[in-house]
Amino acid sequence: MTATLRVHATGPLCLVEDLGRPGRSGIGVGRSGAADRGALRQANRALANPPEAAALEVTLGGLELEVVDGPVWVCVTGAPAPVSVDGRQVGPYSVTGVRTGSRLRLGMPPRGLRSYLAVRGGIDAPAVLGSRSRDVLAGIGPEPIAGGDVLAVGPVPGAFPVADLLLQPAFPDEVVLGLVRGPRDAWVEDVEALVRSRWTVTDRSNRVGMRLAGGIVRHRDVERQLPSEGTWRGAVQVPPSGEPVLFLADHPVTGGYPVVAVVRDGDVDRAAQVRPGQRLRFSWS
Amino acid sequence: MLAYGDRALLLELGDAGRVLAWTDALGRARLPGVGDLVPAAATLLVVIAEGADVAAVRSALEGFEEPDPSAQRPEDGDVLEVPVSYDGPDLAEVARLTGLTEAEIVEAHTSTTWRVAFGGFAPGFGYLVGGDARLVVPRRESARTSVPAGAVGLAGEFSGVYPRESPGGWQLIGTTSLPMWDPERDPPAVLLPGARVRFVVAGS
Repeated sequence: MTATLRVHATGPLCLVEDLGRPGRSGIGVGRSGAADRGALRQANRALANPPEAAALEVTLGGLELEVVDGPVWVCVTGAPAPVSVDGRQVGPYSVTGVRTGSRLRLGMPPRGLRSYLAVRGGIDAPAVLGSRSRDVLAGIGPEPIAGGDVLAVGPVPGAFPVADLLLQPAFPDEVVLGLVRGPRDAWVEDVEALVRSRWTVTDRSNRVGMRLAGGIVRHRDVERQLPSEGTWRGAVQVPPSGEPVLFLADHPVTGGYPVVAVVRDGDVDRAAQVRPGQRLRFSWS
Repeated sequence: MLAYGDRALLLELGDAGRVLAWTDALGRARLPGVGDLVPAAATLLVVIAEGADVAAVRSALEGFEEPDPSAQRPEDGDVLEVPVSYDGPDLAEVARLTGLTEAEIVEAHTSTTWRVAFGGFAPGFGYLVGGDARLVVPRRESARTSVPAGAVGLAGEFSGVYPRESPGGWQLIGTTSLPMWDPERDPPAVLLPGARVRFVVAGS
């Protein structure tokens, strides 16, 4: 028999995410998936889950779950939210067994934005187009988790976890992201403004993208229209206002504003952990 | 071919016909290292598969033979008929912008076979090309906060059908009752890239 979890409380946002849905751009459905893919992979690896197993992406903590049929093995990665079982601290970045009837809580992470709670066997929500990811822009995939929800856990894999404690990445106050120039850098007067400015992530940021404040990247000709182009995670798009947007997991599939630079793929996970109000810089890579 | 970060390449192809031909040909060729393909109006974004070498994909793309845009594919046979009630709130504005009468707009919109060039904006939304050149109109100056599902619009050289209720800035000329998106179906979208579409006057 597989386990189930009952949700008693969620924080600001709790979503089911896996590695996303590839190959659907032609019908207007983007990749989506965990905003911090590395953190999801780390948690699944720790539990000997397959890499594509779905987990909960918990924004700024506040999640409380009860194990209905257990036991389950869990691991929290990403933003290092304090994790407790029946009031006992078990930490993030560890593999922990939780018995039937026990309550698991994720508190507010001191740093970072998105924590990943993986369960051995994966969260067994219905897949849409081959993925269990919630895409907040497209509005497809499992509905956001709410209090009272009951979550099924998938069958446990044949392999067994080998590590109890995981390495926690750094979450510095000022994040520096590597940037590749173009493809449409010639559409703005001075693309160097991206690396010269110290940016602040505004509160108009979500899984679609992060709106940055702290500088203006002016268009050479605000009247000129770019035919829609494909966009991808990490793209830095500049609307005519000159305020850049850094696209994350649920970015639009195509967009009509120029993408003047793209964050190195390996740095996009770190971008997804920057909180509104926090500082961010770019450097050419 | 332009770099798009360190894990994707942007092919500049110039027009929707070449984009469709390249998207189709690359989708079939299954070149090693090619992951997602994101077709758009004049470009094709090629995302490198995880773990694959960008330089190898770049040289494979450089050596790839130009596909024939006029090549007919087996699935090209069917033309999807989309019945439209031409009762959109922007018909008068489109008439003013184009100098056509409302009847001439309907005639122009129904007289050509459109083709789905690419997707985006929302699941199931297809950017249709191949329309009468007289129907090229700018977007509305201010977008509507709510456009109903099934609304048929014009913007630039494109026509499209809103698959669900959403904000939108296209000039609305009519409404269809044909559902554009059904998540229970695979594929869930009616308008797949390359598909051919004919608008017809509903009830006629």
